[in-house]
Amino acid sequence: MADNVRDTSRAPVSQAGHFIAPVEDDTLIGGRVTLTIDGQEVKVPLGTTILDAAKKVGIRIPTLCAHPDLCSAGLCRVCVVEVEGMRTLQASCAYPVSQPMKIHTHTRKVRQARRHIVDLMLSQHYGECYACVRNNNCELQSLAKEYGVDFFRFGHPDKPMCEKDESSHSVIRDMNKCVMCRRCVRTCIDLQEVGALEAVGRGDKTKISTFMDKPLADVVCINCGQCINRCPTGALRANDPTDEVWAAIDDPTKHVVIQTAPAPRAAIGECFGQEPGHALTFEMNTALKLCGFDKVFDTNFTADLTIFEEGAELLLRLQDALKTKKGPVALPQFTSCSPGWVKYLEHFYPEYIPNLSSAKSPQQMFGAIIKTYYAQLNKIDPKDIVTVALMPCSAKKFECNRPEMTDSGFKDVDYGLTTRELAKMIHEAGIDLPKMAKSDFDDPFGTATGSGVIFGTTGGVMEAALRTVIELVVGIKVENLFEHADIIPLRGMDGVKYVELKIPSVGEVPAILKPLFESWDFLNGVTVKVAVAHGTANAKKVMEDIKNGGPLAGCHFIEFMGCPGGCIGGGGQPIPTSQTIREARSKAIYDEDSAYAVRKSHENPAVLKIYTEWLTEGPCSHKSHELLHTHYTPRGKFIA
Amino acid sequence: MIISNFKDNLTFSTIELDVGLKAALAKSRSDLIAELTASQLKGRGGAGFPTGVKWNLAAAAQADVKYVICNADEGEPGTFKDRVLLSDFADLTFEGMTIGGYAIGSKIGIVYLRGEYTYIRPHLDAVLAARRARGLLGKNILGKQGFDFDIDIRMGSGAYVCGEETALIESLEGHRGEPRNRPPFPVDTGFNKMPSVVNNVETFACVASILAKGSAWFKALGTARSAGFKLLSVSGDCKKPGIYEIQLGLSVAKMLAVVGGEDAKAVQIGGASGTCVPRSEFQRTIAFEDVSTGGSVIVFGPDRDMLEVTKNFMEFFVEESCGQCTPCRDGNPKLLGGIELLEQGRCSMRYLNELLALGETMQIASKCGLGQSAPNAFLSIVKHFKGELMGRTHGVH
Amino acid sequence: MFVSSQERLKSDISAWLDRFGRDRTALMPVLQEIQKKYTHVSPYAMQIIADAVGIHPVEVQSVVSFYAFLDQSPKGRFVIRLCNTISCDMQGKAQVAQQLRNDLGIDFGQTTTDGKFSLDWAACLGMCDQGPALLVNDIIHTRVTAAMVHDILETCRKTFGVYALETKHEEGHA
Repeated sequence: MADNVRDTSRAPVSQAGHFIAPVEDDTLIGGRVTLTIDGQEVKVPLGTTILDAAKKVGIRIPTLCAHPDLCSAGLCRVCVVEVEGMRTLQASCAYPVSQPMKIHTHTRKVRQARRHIVDLMLSQHYGECYACVRNNNCELQSLAKEYGVDFFRFGHPDKPMCEKDESSHSVIRDMNKCVMCRRCVRTCIDLQEVGALEAVGRGDKTKISTFMDKPLADVVCINCGQCINRCPTGALRANDPTDEVWAAIDDPTKHVVIQTAPAPRAAIGECFGQEPGHALTFEMNTALKLCGFDKVFDTNFTADLTIFEEGAELLLRLQDALKTKKGPVALPQFTSCSPGWVKYLEHFYPEYIPNLSSAKSPQQMFGAIIKTYYAQLNKIDPKDIVTVALMPCSAKKFECNRPEMTDSGFKDVDYGLTTRELAKMIHEAGIDLPKMAKSDFDDPFGTATGSGVIFGTTGGVMEAALRTVIELVVGIKVENLFEHADIIPLRGMDGVKYVELKIPSVGEVPAILKPLFESWDFLNGVTVKVAVAHGTANAKKVMEDIKNGGPLAGCHFIEFMGCPGGCIGGGGQPIPTSQTIREARSKAIYDEDSAYAVRKSHENPAVLKIYTEWLTEGPCSHKSHELLHTHYTPRGKFIA
Repeated sequence: MIISNFKDNLTFSTIELDVGLKAALAKSRSDLIAELTASQLKGRGGAGFPTGVKWNLAAAAQADVKYVICNADEGEPGTFKDRVLLSDFADLTFEGMTIGGYAIGSKIGIVYLRGEYTYIRPHLDAVLAARRARGLLGKNILGKQGFDFDIDIRMGSGAYVCGEETALIESLEGHRGEPRNRPPFPVDTGFNKMPSVVNNVETFACVASILAKGSAWFKALGTARSAGFKLLSVSGDCKKPGIYEIQLGLSVAKMLAVVGGEDAKAVQIGGASGTCVPRSEFQRTIAFEDVSTGGSVIVFGPDRDMLEVTKNFMEFFVEESCGQCTPCRDGNPKLLGGIELLEQGRCSMRYLNELLALGETMQIASKCGLGQSAPNAFLSIVKHFKGELMGRTHGVH
Repeated sequence: MFVSSQERLKSDISAWLDRFGRDRTALMPVLQEIQKKYTHVSPYAMQIIADAVGIHPVEVQSVVSFYAFLDQSPKGRFVIRLCNTISCDMQGKAQVAQQLRNDLGIDFGQTTTDGKFSLDWAACLGMCDQGPALLVNDIIHTRVTAAMVHDILETCRKTFGVYALETKHEEGHA
């Protein structure tokens, strides 16, 4: 689906721009419009914006409130152009063409207007550029440079005018830097359908606010951080623990362990000048060691473990529903890897908490294992271990601070670090990441499987789960059903994907699952129905369908990821983001999967080892429940 | 040429009720719109868009549901003619809306009445009830089979910007009154994304009058480019403030003579968003092609401090800007800041020139008509009264 | 039977939603009713409506905060709004304003401690030919002088319940 066809019915029309559906065959009469832009003639399909048309002839029009993921609002007015015959300038981002026009993009009027607009924004922006996390990656700063701002025509605040909101573990709001482009509002309300932020007040008193101006930690914010990724300035940023992480590294008594999730490695190169789509997995391992981390582990190990725990849980639910038929069974089962999604459910659909898999996310499983199994194995006192998690995600910072995440007897994961924050640490250490030699992950967890890697993109968890279920239940090779074990119907950026898979016959129950299942007979002939949704707006669609007893209510298993595109589009990933960038990152993930020798979770030797050495009673046993499973908090959406 | 402020003297009081509606229903929709187009009626709210063209576009739009919306959010400082119309000629306005419903193929009319006029609401409800009782609203109006139309009143809640038609629609939809991008225009994508005609109270009254008396009658009034008569709301330093009816094309000087404001040093025409006409330009005419107005005329006597006037206008815009687009939200406070500097006698000519340039940017770069016209008063007053404004000694005027 | 104020608000909102519809287009009329009856739209009310029409509470707050006649905190039973526009200004608004301050003991934007009066500025009230003008709730007063302020306030003070005086402008129908 093209970006601009997305249903934007949630946004007020004033913020939704106009969309003219292009004709199917634009070679027909009326399908194309001839524009003259700065003297160059160009034919574009009906409904193309002036902005996009100009791009085609190599003319870059500056923008600020426009974002490729969001509906065009036409409110910052930086992108204005002059159209012959019109008295006023037009916002090129929000003007779809339907008739021939002569457009001028840099007349005196246009240049003066843009300069004034930038000056006005600067007059409201507390620009402490040196001390700003977005220094050198700030759209306002770039505009100021582009328009030759060499003095503050209409003044400039030299002190902050309001307090920062640092209440959230994940997102910090500093409204002193806000320029009212409302991208965060369109992200939160329209793209994610969370509704934590909106413009409040009128005139020059308009500001972006949470409900009743409450701290972000007290409202329905799900910590997805999508607003951070789309903020043009430093008004929104992640809660950054790098100082604490450096302090732990510098402390000789601490054993500092980092686990790295699959999505950051597919994107971190962007912070080092690379095009999106290059994974730097093994270069990053070397860099992390150079930074001073004692061990570098692959979160994919616990992703594989998740497949066992969450998969066994699903099979148990199916056994209850189809075989023993004892009481109502909470189906479909929902994945629980994405902390943004989990909090979304806790706020908006708390009655569906029983459907949520009780398995912890891979990050939290790893934390618990490091401070128990790993600590025992290496005879380190767990109080001296500091676990850091490199995640593409701002919500993971909240997750590791959940009070229930202390099953090891300590805080299972001490710090969540985003891709951007790690890139900063690597820069600070003077390391040129792309030039690093490659090195492997540390034992005892080693390199995980391709299934673990694809957890980083939408559909990946489901694909990993199906690969394993097919082989363990049906007893045939996935490759017999899907070429190269690539389950293509689960891939891609469609908002909601639905797949049915009939189990034609069943095999033997493998030894590891024997304690839970006698046989797979109850699954024989069953058509397994699964769905995948990414971004909470799509999650909402699925949930509403389930609530209304729609077709998705008949699913057995649904993968939800809180962010558009899944983790590769997470709120901790490099800025900027767009569908194109996310697709490139996703491709890097699938390429890495293809390159792995072992591509199925149940073949991960380290995982099998942990079940024979330590979690000897197998998945979903008492011990695994103690360490690897969790419970949730019905939060509701009402705020006292 | 001018009709004074006794309401019985206004042309609208000579229009026989229901005649226009009957005439309209006797015509085909296209003939009706052709008649309206021939009258050359232009929107009376201030923007002056040809009504016939607007209705023609809405009539041509393909949709199951269409809306006829009456903009009764009269908020322009110095305007009160809609209050008078709604109080005394509500039937005529509703008749115009009903004609609109027939013309564009709409069954639903909505009056968006500003919250400040809540006290007129019971009267309007009573007029609507009476019209329903007389078969002028409801099903098969005046026996015309298949022509159903009714009118609902919706209240504003104190936001000047909702007088901008797309902001009005946003407000009806339960949003902040923030103007939309154009295109699309309401005739294509309006209320609930359906084709909607939004016209001023006076425009609808004119429509009913034109249908009653014929387009030729209307076109014969006024000038070639500004047909018809227009209500003015006159206030300020004059002997006889009130409602006046003029034929478009009247000079400012002649108007002042009638209202008793001959000694004025300036006249603000079109309200806060209009222009300030100084004495030296009193030969200019009130018409779409010269000084255009939605009806507001504020007379400033010889002793009036023009800086205070500008300050009042700018405070108004700072407060009433919707806060959406940068030029209007952040520009107006800068202009107000400039006025405060002028008040203290501390504004450099260099900075004043910066502000004048900013005002020009606001005029062309703001998102909606409000933002585009917000600096008008500032620009024209500074232009004409620079001598009075510059170099003041603090506290001394 | 004891009904909590929250339950009463909830049932009121539900009744208004039945009347105006349960989609977002009902938002303004319902908010206006709440404002009229409760003198403000409380955070609780915002959440109830948001839930009913399927939007987020912060969106309701966003709307409430946009309109001058909708308030987020309680207003006095009589809200006095003096027209702030130039025509009223030219006819002696400042004197009326000062007398309002004196007689009420509060400034514009404030509410008396007994919760009886709130004082506010209003944008043009459309009474420019009969200024200065002020609104007491929905009722318009024109050609107000400083000397009249006392009488206007006294009439309010003596009124318990709905303020139902004849309006005092020239084309009145209310």
